[in-house]
Amino acid sequence: MTTPSRLPERYDSGSSANLADILERVLDKGVVIAGDIRINLLDIELLTIKLRLIVASVDKAKEMGIDWWETDPALSSNARRTELSEENERLRRRVAELEQRNPERLEGERHER
Amino acid sequence: MNGELRYVYAVTAPLEAPLPDDVRGVSGSVPYVVDHAGLQAVVSKVPEEEFGQEALHARLEDLGWLERTARAHQAVVDALTALTCPLPLRLATVYRDDDGVRRALAEGSQEFLATLDRLAGRVEWGVKVYAQRAPEPAPAAAPAPTSGREFLRRRRQEVTSRENALQEAEELGRALHAALTAQAEDVRVYPAQNPQLSQVSGQNLLNAAYLVPRERAEEFVGRVEQLGAHDPAVRVELTGPWAPYSFAASDAPDEREGVHDSAVC
Repeated sequence: MTTPSRLPERYDSGSSANLADILERVLDKGVVIAGDIRINLLDIELLTIKLRLIVASVDKAKEMGIDWWETDPALSSNARRTELSEENERLRRRVAELEQRNPERLEGERHER
Repeated sequence: MNGELRYVYAVTAPLEAPLPDDVRGVSGSVPYVVDHAGLQAVVSKVPEEEFGQEALHARLEDLGWLERTARAHQAVVDALTALTCPLPLRLATVYRDDDGVRRALAEGSQEFLATLDRLAGRVEWGVKVYAQRAPEPAPAAAPAPTSGREFLRRRRQEVTSRENALQEAEELGRALHAALTAQAEDVRVYPAQNPQLSQVSGQNLLNAAYLVPRERAEEFVGRVEQLGAHDPAVRVELTGPWAPYSFAASDAPDEREGVHDSAVC
């Protein structure tokens, strides 16, 4: 049943690149049996966050605090909406700026229609 | 209380060859085998001050400790994968002594044997697909917008072309997932990884695990390379072979749901 010789080389890209891949598996998958030391991983605050979000870089995570996912469009549709409205807001400001800077020309363009 | 606990990495059918001498487990410990009920548990002795109930609870909140422990856990499972098809246990499965480990083997023996039988000779491959963003046009190429309307028009164009590129990448991701699923015995889809944290460029569109018989591993890898190579809109990343972590749990059905919500988004 074991034919290790037929296995291709590991494809891991670099030594630290795959912490996220490892955590996904060792925290969230694998066989669960009750040990003598009772630890419910779901009680662990950090792990609960991790299981949902999968932290890929320890240093980066510390740097960023742990509320980044709320503003990440990939993880939250709420954030996606926020991003859109922020973009709208930026555009409105930019238009107002341009209009202020050059009111006559914009007036002119409107008349051309 | 002797100050040492037993950390269990995996359950296997009796190993035909010993683990290599240089394999180290969590906290630098040396893994060994506990036999019982026609099964083997691969364990190591760990200090109670680190893995006792309260200590463990506290340390699991420490990202640095968690990373070291997760990597060490995986290192032992990985070494086992070269010898057999191990059933990896979830991180931090700890017993008081070898007798506790034997009891666990006895209690779970039927299920362990059934799962080992189901997964024998198989490995897991991880595949991630990222959208590859086209390089931004050089700012020099475009003169500053002359009006608010011009600015908005350009902005819209930029957004549209970015959306088109993403759509194309998503379609490629879907096609790749379908092709690989056809070659695999089973599939699990993970949530997309966060680009800010993984510091990997491009949006993660697909993050999936495929269960593949060892003898078809090369074929599978070749297929991934072939499918991933020909389009600049995506980047495909392959990891493995892993022990079949994603397929070892028996509560499989409700974990399969994700194909649509989190997979190829």
